Amino acid sequence: MNENDPQISQDITNLITVGNAFSEHAKMSMRNVNVFYADKQAIHDVSLDIGKNEVVAMIGPSGCGKSTFLRCMNRMNDTIDSCRIEGDFRLEEDDIYHPNQDVVALRARVGIVFQKPNPFPKSIYDNVAYGPKVHGLASSKTDLDEIVETSLVRAGLWNEVKDRLTAAGTGLSGGQQQRLCIARTIAVGPEVILMDEPCSALDPIATAKIEELIAELSQNFTIAIVTHSMQQAARVSQRTAYFHMGKLIEVNDTKKVFTNPEHELTEAYITGRFG
Amino acid sequence: MTNLSSQPAANAQTPSTMDLVNKNLAKRYRAEKRFKAYGIAAILFGLACLVILFTDIVSKGHSAFLQTYVYLEVTYDADTLEIDDINNPQQIAIADYSALVKASLRQQFTDAKSRKERRNLYGLVSNGASFTLRESLEDNPALLNQTVGVWLLADDDVDTYYKSRGDDKADAFVGRLVPKQVAWIETWITNQQIKKRFNTTFFTSGDSREPEQAGILGAMAGSLFTLLVTIILSFPIGVAAAVYLEEYAPKNKLTDFIEVNINNLAAVPSIIFGLLGLAIFIGYFEMHRSLPLVGGLVLSLMTLPTIIISSRAAIKSVPPSIRDAALGLGASKMQVILHHVLPLSMPGMLTGAIIGFAQALGETAPLLMIGMVAFIVDIPGGISDPSTVLPVQIFLWSDSPERAFIERTSAAIMVLLAFLITMNTFAILLRNRLERRW
Amino acid sequence: MNTSMLLVIAIIMMAMAFFLGRKRAITVAGGNHGIRNLNSLPGYYGTLSALWCGIPSLLILALWVIFDDYIIIQIIIQELPTSSQALSESELGLLLNTVANIALNNSSTLVAEPFIIEAADRLNGLKSISQMALSVVILCVAMGLALFSWLRVNTQLKARVKVENVFKIVLLLCASIAVFTTAGIVFSVIFESIKFFQSVPFFDFVFGLQWSPQMAIRADQIGGSGAFGAVPLFAGTMLISVIAMIIAVPAGLMAAIYLSEYASPKVRTIVKPALEVLAGVPTVVYGFFAALTVAPYLRDTGSMFGLSVSSESALAAGLVMGVMIIPFISSLSDDVINAVPQSLRDGSLGLGATHSETIKQVIIPAALPGIVGGILLAVSRAIGETMIVVMAAGLAANLTANPLESVTTVTVQIVTLLVGDQEFNSPKTLSAFALGLMLFLITLALNSIALMVVKKYREQYE
Ligand SMILES: Nc1ncnc2c1ncn2[C@@H]1O[C@H](COP(=O)(O)OP(=O)(O)OP(=O)(O)O)[C@@H](O)[C@H]1O
Ligand SMILES: [Mg+2]
Repeated sequence: MNENDPQISQDITNLITVGNAFSEHAKMSMRNVNVFYADKQAIHDVSLDIGKNEVVAMIGPSGCGKSTFLRCMNRMNDTIDSCRIEGDFRLEEDDIYHPNQDVVALRARVGIVFQKPNPFPKSIYDNVAYGPKVHGLASSKTDLDEIVETSLVRAGLWNEVKDRLTAAGTGLSGGQQQRLCIARTIAVGPEVILMDEPCSALDPIATAKIEELIAELSQNFTIAIVTHSMQQAARVSQRTAYFHMGKLIEVNDTKKVFTNPEHELTEAYITGRFG
Repeated sequence: MTNLSSQPAANAQTPSTMDLVNKNLAKRYRAEKRFKAYGIAAILFGLACLVILFTDIVSKGHSAFLQTYVYLEVTYDADTLEIDDINNPQQIAIADYSALVKASLRQQFTDAKSRKERRNLYGLVSNGASFTLRESLEDNPALLNQTVGVWLLADDDVDTYYKSRGDDKADAFVGRLVPKQVAWIETWITNQQIKKRFNTTFFTSGDSREPEQAGILGAMAGSLFTLLVTIILSFPIGVAAAVYLEEYAPKNKLTDFIEVNINNLAAVPSIIFGLLGLAIFIGYFEMHRSLPLVGGLVLSLMTLPTIIISSRAAIKSVPPSIRDAALGLGASKMQVILHHVLPLSMPGMLTGAIIGFAQALGETAPLLMIGMVAFIVDIPGGISDPSTVLPVQIFLWSDSPERAFIERTSAAIMVLLAFLITMNTFAILLRNRLERRW
Repeated sequence: MNTSMLLVIAIIMMAMAFFLGRKRAITVAGGNHGIRNLNSLPGYYGTLSALWCGIPSLLILALWVIFDDYIIIQIIIQELPTSSQALSESELGLLLNTVANIALNNSSTLVAEPFIIEAADRLNGLKSISQMALSVVILCVAMGLALFSWLRVNTQLKARVKVENVFKIVLLLCASIAVFTTAGIVFSVIFESIKFFQSVPFFDFVFGLQWSPQMAIRADQIGGSGAFGAVPLFAGTMLISVIAMIIAVPAGLMAAIYLSEYASPKVRTIVKPALEVLAGVPTVVYGFFAALTVAPYLRDTGSMFGLSVSSESALAAGLVMGVMIIPFISSLSDDVINAVPQSLRDGSLGLGATHSETIKQVIIPAALPGIVGGILLAVSRAIGETMIVVMAAGLAANLTANPLESVTTVTVQIVTLLVGDQEFNSPKTLSAFALGLMLFLITLALNSIALMVVKKYREQYE
């Protein structure tokens, strides 16, 4: 990024988020979040709500902490030893980081889809059935079959794989693999789905399919999506949050962010001056 | 945004999902705990085995570093020794010193009457004692016809009895000792005529049928020579092979074949190398058995794959940029290897090689095949003197019926382990230095 | 001049050739300023000259030393009286031994028949002639080649390329020693085995249920009695290996899983090397431990419960072997588990699986080929392990599956049959080589499969 650009080289240490970070019907609400990797602070005092059945896009230059923030929302960052998290994370009324909060149960409610498709080296069926199995969601084989089928149908993959459910999941194309991962996530029946650049490893056609899918999923799920593509953010999300160097600069209705941003850093970013 | 207030169909299943998840949670966490406990148990089991093994060896072997000696009043009687000319070294050399010990013992214990009893009595002192007496007379001829008190090496049965005795007579290990012998030893103990000293014999002499005279110097020398041959042969050849495979080898069938061969050889049981040595070196080339030269050859072939594999890893870890830089300056391939690749990868190669040599030092089976199991008293002086090696010495002693050999075996194991630990520590230090550099 | 003197001379000649070649190169180039006219640096010319001079001389020296004894002996045999020539091979060998002894001691103190004394003198004569001839040949060849290479030095000569080619060939030879070793192993076991199978039918060996080679010393018992049936040995080997694997696989695998998935870095840095110490302990130490500590302990414990445990029980050897193999399995599995990509762990954890569910259902299945490869390598190691069984297992070939009884193994039999001075051609000795052949083939097969599986696995995640 260009630190010497006079327009954007302002002091951001005391910056307050502009726009509308809060929601009346918040499904998830984060308050005053600070995240550290060892001594290095990756997130500075971020507060954000994700409304029920809303799609919130998170954008920002590389390394600004989008993934970090997203991963904290279902405690995936617990697996990183050096990571320390401060602040208040709530899923409806439940405190996500409360000592009594169970991570496993939390992740059943808040699913996550990663940047690179990561199907297990198992059959397509077993990939989707994995979550319901570990959580004990299906009481019978037919139950399980049904869950697998509905999930694949909702992920828009059913027609492509219904004849080869026993084939290896790793044998699918990249876009199919990513949809398989989404199917795998919805099979657990989460309330929120977190997506970390789900299309960055895919070609335009596969991307379009996934975007369609997101639009459909938003009927039933609350979605937070990290993306590098502004077009994508514009197409799929209702609100957009712009991160910069670990701070949340602006949150507003997607249309407003892309047509008439309030903050000059946001403007600099969406007009492609850095990032 | 429009359907925020109305409950969508899919969310209707949500509560039931959470109920199901919560229902199973406790069970799943118990499984998690159990699984983790298995892991800890496995590690504790391994560590416990390690501790038990070492404690067992040390508790059995530490006593071997001390040796029991008996104090006797010995008269260097010229008549008994049949020495008429004290200036004649020949006479001093061949005189019968055991007679002096016997006389002294008879004098102290007059209750040994029958021949059998006397034999028992004489058996309390090692026949190595006569060498001690001869040496002192050689050093000081004036001792002739004098009576002096000397500490003499006790027999292994006495040694075992005295070491196991502690404060209470009842604890002592009697073994082959007859009650009369025990009584005599007890007399010595009351007279404070018996004590333990540091066991120098153990480190300064070769093998012996008598435990109290047996030492590991011969085996250590044999190990040293064998290892020397191994190092001299396998290290240069191994490094050369690794250089070829990493730097020169074209991607073709021959190279693949060589590689497969090396990887397979690394996993061939060591005893097979012994068969190779027996058939080729001894059977075909008619080399003699029991030589460190042959042992070293066999062990070289055995360690070669290990050295090649670790040297290749070391060469691989040299950044290609260094090669490119040197080649860019117009250095030839050989110069790049000799001036840059080898010096930079040397610590890594040495680390791997030392670990390989430590394995070779502890290897027993192939050496049994080529006859390094002979009973050899002399200390070998070179690679073509018959000898045995430390691990084989351990094997031989562990087979001996005398109880006193158990502690010596354990002590020899301690010495061997000390060598191995030193070598491995050195290798680890070297590796750490290497890691800091890159 | 004796051989070592000649060796020194050859090396000195090489050094001389080096300096002459280098000097010559500088001269040809027209002094130090002309070096850039040369094709290569003067040092390369020197090295090339040294190689030209040294390699043939050393080769001749080596061949001469290897073959001159044989040739001289043949000459001596030719000249022996016809009666002696008709002797059997072993008797002739004995006779030649006497001749060699007399020749060596150079003494008439040994009384012998005149023709033997004569042969001994002749032997000494031939030997000195051979030494003289060798000296002359080496000197001439070395000097001639030094001169030849001196003459060949010119600015066009591609000295560097030639030296590098020699360097490369030497490296290739070193690399192919592994191949020669394998060939050596194969030939040494195969030849003796073929001899063995001439007296004992192959199928009697592989399927025979009776093993008692000691009985078969008497010629009339060979083969016919079926004393060389190897089934009990393989069964014993299997029994002990199975016990070892029952200990080592779960313990090693769980230790690896805990260390790579749960343990903090600090615990790992302490525990991992500690476990690896177990792998560095020589097998003879394990053997001692098995024979003197574990076996008596098992026997006493068994008798407490009214079980009769043999003091050379398969259980004792198997247990200790298992402990020896734990670090082997754990470090191989550790590598394999660490190669499983983090994204699979994230994927499973992200769905709400617990850590152990992730390990059991995603990581282990993904790592399975690698783990299986490691286990196969460990099995091959257990089968080929010698010292533990030699010291702690029995000699009697019992065909039993009871771990409390004593069994014997292939390696134990090889050692017992071959240790000490043996007749080289008795079936008893040869049977050890046949066992060795079997052992080699089995472990080779296991290793090849294991290495292939592991390699495939590595490629999958690279
Ligand atoms: N495991 C980790 N350990 C230490 N630092 C980390 C770790 N993960 C991320 N960081 C650091 O935290 C900061 C934010 O990283 P993050 O991955 O959240 O960025 P991002 O916005 O997702 O970037 P990108 O768009 O490239 O994915 C970066 O400076 C990064 O270097
Ligand atoms: Mg990211």
